Amino acid sequence: MAAPMLRWGCRGRRWAFARVDGGSCHRRGAPTGSTSNQIRGESSVAQQPLHTAQKTRKGEHKWAAVVGLEIHAQISSNSKLFSGSQVRFSAPPNSLVSFFDASLPGTLPVLNRRCVEAAVMTGLALNCHINKKSLFDRKHYFYADLPAGYQITQQRLPIAVNGSLIYGVCAGKKQSQVIPKTVRIKQIQLEQDSGKSLHDNLRSQTLIDLNRAGVGLLEVVLEPDMSCGEEAATAVRELQLILQALGTSQANMAEGQLRVDANISVHHPGEPLGVRTEVKNLNSIRFLAKAIDYEIQRQINELENGGEILNETRSFHHKLGCTMSMRDKEGKQDYRFMPEPNLPPLVLYDATSLPAGADPQQVINIDQIRETLPELPSVTREKLVQQYGMLLEHSFTLLNEVGLLEFFQNVIKETRAEPKKVTSWVLNTFLGYLKQQNLAVSESPVTPSALAELLDLLDSRTISSSAAKQVMDVKNRNPRAINKLIGLVRKATQSRADPVMIKEILEKKLSL
Amino acid sequence: MLGRSLREVSAALKQGQITPTELCQKCLSLIKKTKFLNAYITVSEEVALKQAEESEKRYKNGQSLGDLDGIPIAVKDNFSTSGIETTCASNMLKGYIPPYNATVVQKLLDQGALLMGKTNLDEFAMGSGSTDGVFGPVKNPWSYSKQYREKRKQNPHSENEDSDWLITGGSSGGSAAAVSAFTCYAALGSDTGGSTRNPAAHCGLVGFKPSYGLVSRHGLIPLVNSMDVPGILTRCVDDAAIVLGALAGPDPRDSTTVHEPINKPFMLPSLADVSKLCIGIPKEYLVPELSSEVQSLWSKAADLFESEGAKVIEVSLPHTSYSIVCYHVLCTSEVASNMARFDGLQYGHRCDIDVSTEAMYAATRREGFNDVVRGRILSGNFFLLKENYENYFVKAQKVRRLIANDFVNAFNSGVDVLLTPTTLSEAVPYLEFIKEDNRTRSAQDDIFTQAVNMAVSIPVALSNQGLPIGLQFIGRAFCDQQLLTVAKWFEKQVQFPVIQLQELMDDCSAVLENEKLASVSLKQ
Repeated sequence: MAAPMLRWGCRGRRWAFARVDGGSCHRRGAPTGSTSNQIRGESSVAQQPLHTAQKTRKGEHKWAAVVGLEIHAQISSNSKLFSGSQVRFSAPPNSLVSFFDASLPGTLPVLNRRCVEAAVMTGLALNCHINKKSLFDRKHYFYADLPAGYQITQQRLPIAVNGSLIYGVCAGKKQSQVIPKTVRIKQIQLEQDSGKSLHDNLRSQTLIDLNRAGVGLLEVVLEPDMSCGEEAATAVRELQLILQALGTSQANMAEGQLRVDANISVHHPGEPLGVRTEVKNLNSIRFLAKAIDYEIQRQINELENGGEILNETRSFHHKLGCTMSMRDKEGKQDYRFMPEPNLPPLVLYDATSLPAGADPQQVINIDQIRETLPELPSVTREKLVQQYGMLLEHSFTLLNEVGLLEFFQNVIKETRAEPKKVTSWVLNTFLGYLKQQNLAVSESPVTPSALAELLDLLDSRTISSSAAKQVMDVKNRNPRAINKLIGLVRKATQSRADPVMIKEILEKKLSL
Repeated sequence: MLGRSLREVSAALKQGQITPTELCQKCLSLIKKTKFLNAYITVSEEVALKQAEESEKRYKNGQSLGDLDGIPIAVKDNFSTSGIETTCASNMLKGYIPPYNATVVQKLLDQGALLMGKTNLDEFAMGSGSTDGVFGPVKNPWSYSKQYREKRKQNPHSENEDSDWLITGGSSGGSAAAVSAFTCYAALGSDTGGSTRNPAAHCGLVGFKPSYGLVSRHGLIPLVNSMDVPGILTRCVDDAAIVLGALAGPDPRDSTTVHEPINKPFMLPSLADVSKLCIGIPKEYLVPELSSEVQSLWSKAADLFESEGAKVIEVSLPHTSYSIVCYHVLCTSEVASNMARFDGLQYGHRCDIDVSTEAMYAATRREGFNDVVRGRILSGNFFLLKENYENYFVKAQKVRRLIANDFVNAFNSGVDVLLTPTTLSEAVPYLEFIKEDNRTRSAQDDIFTQAVNMAVSIPVALSNQGLPIGLQFIGRAFCDQQLLTVAKWFEKQVQFPVIQLQELMDDCSAVLENEKLASVSLKQ
């Protein structure tokens, strides 16, 4: 398979910017050391379509890949988009279902204010134009976990349009260069989530859980401005950080709060775009990058072998590492969109259009929401760079690793050591250990205070840098470090002490 | 007692002339006696008697809930009723028992009304005869009235009596028959394109379609969400106003209800004179199919207003002729969408086929819906196809706006109320009616009612055959009280005769006590 060929273009970069899934294949061979040596002259890759370098045997044409994304983010809210049912992950099946969610005849949708506010907030954070008037539509298809036979969405006039998302791709001959990239956001629309179908093939039964049916989603449509899996993955990671900073979605991909579909095509630069395929249900950022790169290469191979690309839906099989046609039985769906007649147009106000004496509970003021926007990741990173003189890419790593920024800030608070030293220790030594042992920051045996104390000792030259590293090793229960200490004790006692007892005593003393 | 109006019987309850339980039992007994009319799908006898008992306690304790306390009412079987089967006269929903009450039902119960049962209709309210439901057609009580029978005896061509019964009109024919046969004092219908006003006209009742947005649709199983309005069927205008007073108002469960505070209760003043009124007569409503009797009554009504000092002017609603086809596109499109939820998975009918989910859907829907419903689903889905959407659905929406603007323009030109026929003619015999298909019938029968937002049909006089004829007053949206006030004045002038059902109710002599003589004011 051709997919691995693509790796050269992305190796190392994901380490710094897109890695969120715990163990990563890219850790191999470069577990420790400075992040900076991960990046090797990749500006051309970041600037141009990834596949220009892939000359074929025929060697005549270069290929460019075009990637667009549709991202569904579950809105973090207490109740569903159009009903009062609670929203909770992993509740007992069908325990969070209102009459409306079950589509009982005669029930009507009632819009959840919180979901509208979340959409406006997200739109503002993504530089969108917020439509003062937006509309709801019905999208029809028959599926067992869609009880009404249609989904309420915003097809014609969505709540937010024409935004942009800026994300950083690392590049440059110097290791430290982060190239900002922009992907345009076509629109953000409010829509209902579907229920879940559980297929029991043994008994040829399908079980339906409607807990998720009607949960509010933000569908964020990213224009096809990306050209490889890495760019898409990095853009999604940035979006995830923004949603989490806003609190509009928990955006946890493993729990399905963030789901990504990718539209992929390849063409020769200067020629019309190729036929695109849609790869569905990408449930981790790593698989997203993998699936896109696989699909790009598959399309290139197909075309170079005289084949053609079908406009089809494909799914990614993470075990096989490839995409496969989903072979929709019904072929191309006609969703028969229709205005939702039970919901009047959604009207939003700003300071200038707000009617005098309007009840604040009855209206949504865009300007008021703008004022309450929290600090966005890009600003946090800028502050880190300015305040601590760190490289921009380091600030990316601090934000990308869940909990790492907080850890870093706690260490900074408690130590006399210079910020640059703290940065280097947290990003290289500490993070390196975590990666090696496949731990999340929250699972770290080293507390921020312990690291701060260690750095203080280092700062006052009480211990040397290599001794400090040994302490880290011990604190991290590195067996080699303990064994080394055991060896020293045995040497001092001329091998008369019992190694087991030495180990016990050492562990007690080190309070491991 | 049964022949009285809601207001009169309410007064009798307050004065202790009759108890709610006695009243309830009288109605139940009449429901049994008139079972052959097929007005009710479900008679909720136990529920009604229990409600009556509670009402009686309140009256004894002097804690009456108001005008509706202890009043027997009926509800069309497309309103959800908690714990009571709600079928829409369809196989699809046979056995479906909703777990909640429609807001309008809840409001009536909260006012102490007694729910006698759920009334018959065309399947999913699709029809204009109340002939196309799975429980069979509804028979018009006027078929058995003294007035009609006497006229028929004079007619040498009259056929076999039993096969010659008349339709009620529809789709709320069960509700109309229930009120007309004195089995309750008011009934809820639903009105999308005339489904309350049409049977009201054929059954000699007041049939009111309130302004869209004034009354909650929550719990009404929809036909066309953007036009459905819960309708009110009563024996007089004042009764309709009482029921409207109980129903109107914003509902947090229906986002299309308006939030403006409304004048409650809807007390109707008695107009002393109509000299300040301007009545509009839409010239496009004078169609060739209009029966000469209806046309003649229509013009007499206009004369009546003019002779009493009102200004009567001809107005134009130029887009009227497009209303039927426009309605057809919008109605079927929403129907196609609304019916998508009936897939046999969660409630209602499910077929035995289990080869695949798709096969199960298909067979369930084929077995569950009648031809009319399936036909409308098919056309609606056609109009919503991507390639057809602009040419049909969007165009129909634009035409609807033009039609609505016709009315706005008429009202802005100084007209207070429009006066039109409700139907082309009086009720026809069932055997005559079914010679045409549902679609043709609906297009003809709803010709004056389809495009209208807020309107009321008032019974005016009996035809040569002894059957009721109604006229329609159309008002400006949210001027419901003004419209009903004009209608009340008119009602008083015309003195429409009470239906004489002695043969049906020979032991219910109470009916006779309130019998009025046919007025001559508009008689031909």
